[in-house]
Amino acid sequence: MGKLFSALFRHPSGRIGLVIIGLYLIIAVLGMLGLTPHDPLKLFAIDRLKPPSATYWFGTDLLGRDTFSRLMVGIRQSMVIAFASVAIATLAGTIIGLLSAWWGGVWDGIFMRVMDVLLAFPAILLALLIIAIVGPGTTTSIAAIAIVYTPIFARVVRGPALSLKQRDFVDAARTFGSSQPYILTRHLLLNLVAPLAVQVTLALAWALLTEAGLSFLGLGTQPPTPSLGLMLSESRNLMQQAPWLMIFPAVTIMLGILGFNLTGDALRDILDPRTQRREA
Amino acid sequence: MTRLLSVRDLRVGFGQDPKANEVVKGVSFDLDAGQTLAIVGESGSGKSVSALSINRLVDFGGGRITGGSIELTRADGSVLDVTKADERTLLGIRGHDVGMIFQEPMTSLNPVHTVGAQIEEAFRLSKGLTGEQAHRASLDVLGRVRIPDAQSRLGYYPHQLSGGMRQRIMIAMALAASPRLLIADEPTTALDVTVQAQIMALLAELREETGMAMIFITHDIGLVAGIADRIMVMQNGVAVEQDEADRVLDAPQHDYTRHLLRAVPHFTSGAAVRGDSARPTASEPIVKVDDLVVRFPVGRAWFKPKGAIHAVDGVSFDLMAGETLAIVGESGCGKSTTARALLGLNTVTRGDIQVTSGRSGRPVQMVFQDPFASLNPRLNVEALLAEPAIANGQRLDADLRKRMAFLLDRVGLPQDALSRYPHQFSGGQRQRLCIARALMLNPDVVVLDEAVSALDVSVQARVLDLLIDLQHEFGLAYLFISHDMAVVERIAHRIAVMFAGQVVEIGNARAVLHEPQHSYTKRLIAAVPAVERRRQRFAVDMTQVPSLVRPAGYEPPAAQWREAGEDHRVRLEEQA
Amino acid sequence: MSYVVQRLLTFPLILLGVSILVFVSIRLVPGDAITAMLGTEAGLLTPAQRESLAAYFGIDQPVWSQYLRWLGGLFQGDLGISSIYGKPVLTVILERFPLTLQLALMSMTISLCVGIPLGVLAATRNERPSDLVVRVLAMLGQSTPSFVIGILIIYVLSVFFGFVPAMGTFTPLFVDPLASIAQLIFPAITLGFAFAASVTRISRSAMLDVLSDDYVRTARSKGASPMSVIWRHALPNALIPVVTLCGVEFGYLLGGAVIVEQIFALPGLGRLVLDAITQRDYALVQGTILFIAFNFLVVNLLVDLAYVALDPRIRIGRR
Repeated sequence: MGKLFSALFRHPSGRIGLVIIGLYLIIAVLGMLGLTPHDPLKLFAIDRLKPPSATYWFGTDLLGRDTFSRLMVGIRQSMVIAFASVAIATLAGTIIGLLSAWWGGVWDGIFMRVMDVLLAFPAILLALLIIAIVGPGTTTSIAAIAIVYTPIFARVVRGPALSLKQRDFVDAARTFGSSQPYILTRHLLLNLVAPLAVQVTLALAWALLTEAGLSFLGLGTQPPTPSLGLMLSESRNLMQQAPWLMIFPAVTIMLGILGFNLTGDALRDILDPRTQRREA
Repeated sequence: MTRLLSVRDLRVGFGQDPKANEVVKGVSFDLDAGQTLAIVGESGSGKSVSALSINRLVDFGGGRITGGSIELTRADGSVLDVTKADERTLLGIRGHDVGMIFQEPMTSLNPVHTVGAQIEEAFRLSKGLTGEQAHRASLDVLGRVRIPDAQSRLGYYPHQLSGGMRQRIMIAMALAASPRLLIADEPTTALDVTVQAQIMALLAELREETGMAMIFITHDIGLVAGIADRIMVMQNGVAVEQDEADRVLDAPQHDYTRHLLRAVPHFTSGAAVRGDSARPTASEPIVKVDDLVVRFPVGRAWFKPKGAIHAVDGVSFDLMAGETLAIVGESGCGKSTTARALLGLNTVTRGDIQVTSGRSGRPVQMVFQDPFASLNPRLNVEALLAEPAIANGQRLDADLRKRMAFLLDRVGLPQDALSRYPHQFSGGQRQRLCIARALMLNPDVVVLDEAVSALDVSVQARVLDLLIDLQHEFGLAYLFISHDMAVVERIAHRIAVMFAGQVVEIGNARAVLHEPQHSYTKRLIAAVPAVERRRQRFAVDMTQVPSLVRPAGYEPPAAQWREAGEDHRVRLEEQA
Repeated sequence: MSYVVQRLLTFPLILLGVSILVFVSIRLVPGDAITAMLGTEAGLLTPAQRESLAAYFGIDQPVWSQYLRWLGGLFQGDLGISSIYGKPVLTVILERFPLTLQLALMSMTISLCVGIPLGVLAATRNERPSDLVVRVLAMLGQSTPSFVIGILIIYVLSVFFGFVPAMGTFTPLFVDPLASIAQLIFPAITLGFAFAASVTRISRSAMLDVLSDDYVRTARSKGASPMSVIWRHALPNALIPVVTLCGVEFGYLLGGAVIVEQIFALPGLGRLVLDAITQRDYALVQGTILFIAFNFLVVNLLVDLAYVALDPRIRIGRR
């Protein structure tokens, strides 16, 4: 684990990615603890639409709220939703994909057809369908994104699991009489850590993007809780007078997604046996 | 004879700093027109890199020529130093003066184009032929590489052809340019031994027809005895010996050449079989296989299989304690399926496998072909060796550690190996690990499925010696699955020859190898290359392996056997 | 051919699964089905009216018979009545669909035309400056959400060029092709931006893989020129993963249209879904999502068939 971390840090894009993720995690924790420069919900009535200054680092919005503090809480909101949803999707997807590959036959058919049905919906539409039923909110966003990504994880795990199942070391384990749980965990799951790590990182980027998209549409995090997408959406009518209201949330969203994408790419480079072979 | 090629002090390196990472370290050789040079060496010796430098294909694999010269006499008589030529000139050399064929005929042909399109392209690039002319030329060249039914084959895609056919297509493509030099980079390594013999025969004939020179790269010094005029032996990027073929083979000067010729298994038609332990007739066999049948259904239509692959079709044999039975045959003959069935890795369609329960609960263990694939890369050696014991209810305690240390020592690995991971070992060491692991449960029988085939030739010899030592020490019986007759000759007490899912001949090793009776066994043994067989002409043999797919419900006729001698049985052949 | 047959056989199965999922999910809406169907107007009904409506819509029947009835309706193109528009759902959808389809196709065209050449260029100049520039751009493109791009485009156009893209209306393609394309060009760029980036990345890595394959070495040994090696030998093989990507990404384009149509105020299917959700027009939500999923599945099937056409190893089995 420590070795992987230092390898990531030596990788040029991995280093940038890790720094961004680290920064966002720190901000998210500060946001959770309420350690923002101003109260993100407080209306400073005399300070409406102020450009960035020493007091309001990123300016204020139409209601006089401090943009920087709202961004901090927005990042917290995004990170909580992204991590929670990806954790659920990883767990569910890995179990489904692993068992589907291992049992094969009828079970594989049933599991994978159900996953195909979920994959038949464009991701954001499936999320919208769920939101339409349950109503928007933080929990709904987490559930919606988790359901959207579960089939993707199931496929990511099933493919390599199927090929691992054919490998000689699994056959060898069978000839010793190793138990199924032993084979599933030590021979399959242990070798799936690398592709899963890459997928988890990239899924976090996608989850951030989806969360921002949903709240941009007004169907994610509900006001008054600040969220990055909603802040960007609200800035549209004021982009001529107050461009900072647009620029800062836009950059915050992009940078966060970029951080996870860069790290995921670096991980793939480091863990991919093909690139290792190419270097050798 | 005119000089075609003159290589002087060639140096080739790889990576960021090619001078520091040289793979070829100053190789010189000459080649006359029409001559055949064989470059022999093990993996990493720099033999392929040297050859790929001649048409500078090495550039595309990340290699850089760091020194020396390669002077090639072109068709018009001018001499060109290839190391200094620009890319434009090189395009004129590739596919004109120098043709090439490669090891893997499957991956060397473009999967999305028909073979016809690929051959016609070669004619277009080398001779400017297009359309009807190119088509006719392609038909003609397919005839020259002995491909029947050429007209329809031109429309095939590479995946529709067998390995031998694909290699013929590759040769046809190289011939399109009428090259004066053909570089053959291990062209038969991926092929079965009888197919190898056909390709070698074809190359020898074409060389005589066209008068082209050849550079033949191989790891098998026995193979080149039949075709080479000169031999160059390479080790670690240096040519350790080069001379006339006969002189290298008969009076090798360098230690490494001697090692390749003597220590490495070469086929000797039964002269080198083991002399130890005659077959005890009184005792009961430890493994008894009776009429084993393994079939895989194919072509399911509405849940009822249309037919089945008869992978193993009525195989019977028995194995005594302490003896080695080798099952030999070519790919697809069912030998591995038989081995896997013995360990319960395949579902058995019919038949009986009886194993006398011996020293432990799991008397049969297995070693696989590929030591890279049969060890989980994420577990260390301790976890790998402990797995069979833990699976059978033991605990990872001092006793178990003692057994692991003992076995590591017995297979010749250091004690500190326990904390290391598979990628930190060489191929031969990994196979030793696999052997140690198979012995953890103290089995009576070890199934060795092509267990030395993936190893370099000199490593093969040492692992074979180890296997024989272990057999004596632990009283093991081996079921040794192999396609390599030279290896089988060294380790087998008895041999069963399999063809198309059936055993066609079985008996003591000497009798089967020295006096083969069945026509397939004869063909197989005739195809094995050997140092003694100099410039021997293989007849171009187009016998095809019969399809193993049979309609549902098909049963082969009962086998008729003939006794050919003491412990030597031959299956009677249908009169054609 | 068995691959194609298998795909064609599972297609209706998945479609059935999709319809069950949509049907069940809408039945899960809190409150009763009458409210679900009529939205806020349901509050005005008397209990007697409710009962007769329930009988009329068959809601007093068990769920499975309701589903079968609904499914039977689907086959006749009956997706129910939209409470917002007071028209059959299918009519509303078909009015809005051309815009979204055109938008998705335009984005896909732009992405492929930009992405494939850039990816090939980067692969052939592996590790050289032009490769690095392409890779950085692709990475940024992949990390920029469409709503950020869209807003930036509108901002730049309006602040620096004083130009506001036409919003709110749409000229159908067959009425005035040029105006129609011009109208959707910025939305299409917005929607296709991230897709172009992934096409670039996939074509680059596929091309790199293919360029180290043995048959490329064979082509070089035949004396094929660098251009011929890239376009004739490598690209057809490298395109196989790009085609797979197109199938998956078409779904993202249809889904992404929700956001892009919102930004540019375009009357397409995406806007329709949003309006339906915010105004609780469940028949419309159900119908639109089903319609989009159906289209996505059809496109995926077509892509799979294209994939088969590209790869003879799947098209033709061994002889």
